[in-house]
Amino acid sequence: MKTELRDPDLIRTLLRRIEREAKELPLPLHIMEFCGGHTHAIVKHGIDSLLEGVVRFVHGPGCPVCVIPTTRIDLALELARMPGVTLCTYGDMIRVPGSRGKSLRDLRAEGYDVRALYSCLDALRIAEENPGREVVFFAIGFETTTPQTAVLIKRARQWGLTNLSVVSNHVITPAAIQHILNAPELRSIGAVRIDAFIGPGHVSAVIGTEPYRYFAEDFMKPVVISGFEPADILQSVLMIVRQLREGRAQVENQYLRAVREEGNPKAQELVAEVFELRKEFEWRGLGVVPYSSLRINRAYEAYDAEKRFPVKPPPPREHPACICGRVIRGVALPTDCKLFGNPCTPSHPIGSCMVSSEGVCSAYFRYRGVTSSSSG
Amino acid sequence: MCLAVPSRVVELHGDGSATVDTLGVRRRVSLELLGEEVSEGDYLLIHVGFAIQKLDERSAQESLRLFEEILKQEGETGED
Repeated sequence: MKTELRDPDLIRTLLRRIEREAKELPLPLHIMEFCGGHTHAIVKHGIDSLLEGVVRFVHGPGCPVCVIPTTRIDLALELARMPGVTLCTYGDMIRVPGSRGKSLRDLRAEGYDVRALYSCLDALRIAEENPGREVVFFAIGFETTTPQTAVLIKRARQWGLTNLSVVSNHVITPAAIQHILNAPELRSIGAVRIDAFIGPGHVSAVIGTEPYRYFAEDFMKPVVISGFEPADILQSVLMIVRQLREGRAQVENQYLRAVREEGNPKAQELVAEVFELRKEFEWRGLGVVPYSSLRINRAYEAYDAEKRFPVKPPPPREHPACICGRVIRGVALPTDCKLFGNPCTPSHPIGSCMVSSEGVCSAYFRYRGVTSSSSG
Repeated sequence: MCLAVPSRVVELHGDGSATVDTLGVRRRVSLELLGEEVSEGDYLLIHVGFAIQKLDERSAQESLRLFEEILKQEGETGED
């Protein structure tokens, strides 16, 4: 399947069609790809360069590690410093610096018990084998990782574990997209034109296509849910061009092999059983977004680490020159940042966008090098 | 975290897990988020140790057929 979706003839043909059909539209079209996976595919395969002048890709906030604000990282750091706590989280998270530049990885080097997990279920075994320790899972991610955390919490109850709890930082994609389109304060701090969205592929495999309908219709922005191969992305751009030409604003699904209209109902049910909406949650770059994240509901509150350990970190301090927030909002490119490439690199990241393999800065660093100028 | 690569089921275990092959790397993943039957040879999307969706073979073939058609049409109109 892979080879065909990277077939040079197919890519050239799709490019020609896009150029031909977009001719009468106001160019360049501004298309936001929400998902960090799409950002990487676009930059890695040079799709933005191939479509220069026709499409300007506005990189969206769909990178779970990037959008966690410093105050939550400080919370993880405080928890990890508590006596008797073993702090577990997903890989990239341990490298994100909090206030004063320290990361969970630095704490681990100082002797604190910090562990990077591949599957959150590994926390069950750690808790079982270390009954004298409080195991805290710092959960992050969009809808693609929330069901797994729900399974972890249900399993902890089944196993009768009393020394395992979870900090939920799970965030909701449609709420963030709506906020980008909606929020007046975003406009005042610098907004960017958006004509259409490339909708996230794997988030949609879980939540389905319905949740995007509201802002496609109300904000008149076409949404095309896309796969991650070059031909997938180009076909999605072509579908957007056709919607714009025909004056339509609909949710369409290019990624038929993975995304069904109803999503994954079993995963959705698990999430609904364990989580509830938080009234508001702070995102790096987007500020406070209403109803954009999930917390553990009352039935499972015994597993909520925020209730078990009422820790309040001091007000966060950001690196004054880091523009991660603006990059996440799509109003700046990594190459606009003074720190990009020197001293901020994937091995010594200053901002979260350089840490994560899905971050925009990491994509530019890896595939564009530090000397190239921005294409926007 | 959202960078799932389609992975092929090489062995089903009786406990709701399976061994999958992701570009040559084998690992054991949980199937408990899937509401449908999985067989050896199926392709799954894996996220942090769990399969979150089974890829639909027919839709995949359909997309490829559509791409082939695009290529053919473009050849016939003879542009460029």
